[in-house]
Amino acid sequence: MAYFADPAVWLPWTFAALMGLSTLIYVVLDGFDLGVGLLMPLADEDQKDRLVASIGPFWDANETWLVLAVGLLLVAFPPAHGIILTALYLPVFIMLIGLILRGVSFEMRAKAPLAQKRMWNGAFFAGSLMASLSQGFMLGMYIMGLTWTWAHVGFAALTALFLTVGYSFIGAAWLIWKTEGALQIRAIRWAKGGIWGLVAGIIAISIATPFVSARIFDKWFSVPTAFYLAPLPIISVLLVVFVWWQLARLPLNHDRWSWTPFAAATALFTLAYGGMAYSFYPYVVPKKITLYDAASAPESLFIILIGTVFVLPAIVCYTLLSYYIFRGKARDLRYD
Amino acid sequence: MDTLLLSRIQFGANISFHILFPTITIALGWVLLFFKVRFAMTGDRKWMDAYMFWVKVFALSFAMGVVSGITMSFQFGTNWPGFMETVGNVAGPLLAYEIMTAFFLEAVFLGIMLFGASRVKSWVHTLATFLVAFGTTMSTFWIIVLNSWMHTPQGYELIDGVVHATDWFAIIFNPSMPYRFVHMMLASGLTVAFLIAGVSALRMLWGDRGEDVKAALRVGIIAGAGLIPLQILAGDFHGLNTLEYQPAKVAAMEGNWDTGPNIPLVLFAIPDEDARENRYEIAIPNLASLILTHKAEGVVPGLNDFVSEAGEVLHPRVAPVFFAFRIMVGTGVANLALSWLGLALLRKYGAGNMPKLPLYAFCAMSFSGWIATLAGWYTTEIGRQPWLVQGVLSTKDAVSDVPAGMVLGTLIGYLIVYAILIFAYIGVITYLARKATTGEAYSVRNYPRGREANVSAIQLGE
Repeated sequence: MAYFADPAVWLPWTFAALMGLSTLIYVVLDGFDLGVGLLMPLADEDQKDRLVASIGPFWDANETWLVLAVGLLLVAFPPAHGIILTALYLPVFIMLIGLILRGVSFEMRAKAPLAQKRMWNGAFFAGSLMASLSQGFMLGMYIMGLTWTWAHVGFAALTALFLTVGYSFIGAAWLIWKTEGALQIRAIRWAKGGIWGLVAGIIAISIATPFVSARIFDKWFSVPTAFYLAPLPIISVLLVVFVWWQLARLPLNHDRWSWTPFAAATALFTLAYGGMAYSFYPYVVPKKITLYDAASAPESLFIILIGTVFVLPAIVCYTLLSYYIFRGKARDLRYD
Repeated sequence: MDTLLLSRIQFGANISFHILFPTITIALGWVLLFFKVRFAMTGDRKWMDAYMFWVKVFALSFAMGVVSGITMSFQFGTNWPGFMETVGNVAGPLLAYEIMTAFFLEAVFLGIMLFGASRVKSWVHTLATFLVAFGTTMSTFWIIVLNSWMHTPQGYELIDGVVHATDWFAIIFNPSMPYRFVHMMLASGLTVAFLIAGVSALRMLWGDRGEDVKAALRVGIIAGAGLIPLQILAGDFHGLNTLEYQPAKVAAMEGNWDTGPNIPLVLFAIPDEDARENRYEIAIPNLASLILTHKAEGVVPGLNDFVSEAGEVLHPRVAPVFFAFRIMVGTGVANLALSWLGLALLRKYGAGNMPKLPLYAFCAMSFSGWIATLAGWYTTEIGRQPWLVQGVLSTKDAVSDVPAGMVLGTLIGYLIVYAILIFAYIGVITYLARKATTGEAYSVRNYPRGREANVSAIQLGE
């Protein structure tokens, strides 16, 4: 890979990798807290507080990974940023309104008069739903090449549904880990109900993607790459079987293995995401612009990279610190 | 209305809504640190009571700021793709540094600051408070750097119509950055000072004469009275800087049409762009020249200098800049009068016996900082038009080709949501004040808890 000596090659590649990583972290982290928001209507009144408490210290930082992902798209691939976001103008708007409602009602429900709490709980759910659906919709449109035809919109509507159910699954998996007692048992039931969304979503995207693009078909189904890639679907199937088996036998004494559904869900999201990233590379706008065409000037990317090398590890460290401080089962959130 | 105008209104609405909340969190973070450190030093629980009340306001404001800030970062792409395509090589790294050095710091330590008091040692909690305050300030710094660069761009070269960075030091320390940064920090300080004074006054009017309320009122009044002269000074320096780099903006602020010496200070007028003159003008002779050049016969630029031979207007719309500037200055003068009066009354009566009338006045001025900040923001941002990046990129060249109807639809959507949220925000702060007054919030004074309790129980002598 001698051509990696050229900064105009390795810098865009590095930034694509960073952006991909940031998006993946976002999907897993905000995925679980959006998922918890989606589960709100299924919980009792006092369980709702516990649901919110389980994500309280984290959601804000989780959402920041979205800002970083969009930020990196914006700074590293400005033309792609414009094309993607103008093509997705409406779903982006719905997502933003959803994120606004959600983030605000999170605070409001705890501080507004009790009589308003139901309303803010509703807004919290509605916001989570809007954000999840629109993200799934954007994912579907992206896969279909960002063109608005009825067939593409139909497919995007399906991915919207699947991702939303998938988020509710990872949210339920998070709750299995972070709660106990009756709520944990409920969460196990929710996870059983939600896992099909994730599976259906992965299958739908896996089938659709190669058929949309002959290039992607060749990438996956030519010998010998097909053999290198085979572990991806195989491990995914094993993970699904494992989760199903775990959900059937949880909860165990002393809360053993309660973290495994969340870990498996994370692994599933990561594998599916890795597969997608492999499919689309080197395109940043499918079929239109490669990440090398869209990249900013190397000297600007280099300036950012220097900072990233120092700052990103620090971010990871203090993020881990925060998860460590708030380890264990979720307790009531109290400001005092 | 076309996409350009609608996009401008939409972005203006977004940024107006967004800026309200950082304006509070930037300074409130430092005030919270002050409360926490005072508590650690004195062991007087009134400081912790004050912390616990205001941290809720902080959390709420922070959430509003975060979600509306995310909206902004997406709108660069959805509405202004030309912006990043043209100046991305400069704007990109600045935004990236903001996200990496500030956003994550704030967001992660906010969780510890809000909910971690019982899980970590007291000093870790104080450290988290510091890091959140520091993060918001860093965030301000980077955003102001970018914004200032858009007003006074330096350290770049244009290659094929795209900006390339040549000197990062010149970009970051561009000519207007220091003035804007100081002006914004002080604006935040004043906003918070008057918010704290106003809400504390409200609680006192409702009969809550708790030690924490009195302490907060005192802090608010003293901070307001101390910061306002600094702000007037900083604003004056900023104005001189603008005169040097953006004379068209100053001409619009002054409502001055013809360049010349002995320019009067226009107190009130209705600028008429068609007739190119002021109607109903009330002015003080020579004062604008004196303020801007420090000489009565100093030459001040006029708007007519910024019309091309072909008749194309190259200055901003006059009326919005002219009026916004007067609203900002007017609010500042009112702040000055009230805070200094408050200071005198504080010396005479003490915080506990403050007469009712000034308390009402402080209540009325609770959100005066918002008015001044927004007015200042409009002055400087509308004053930059028709440029998006002064002399480099005009606003009309950056807008997306999204259909106008779609922009109109989303604009209405945003406006409805923003209106509801502003209403809810002010409502909840009032409710929190009410709840604290009726003692509900103090029914269980069970902080600090956990590991922290061991330390502070000794401090508190319990």
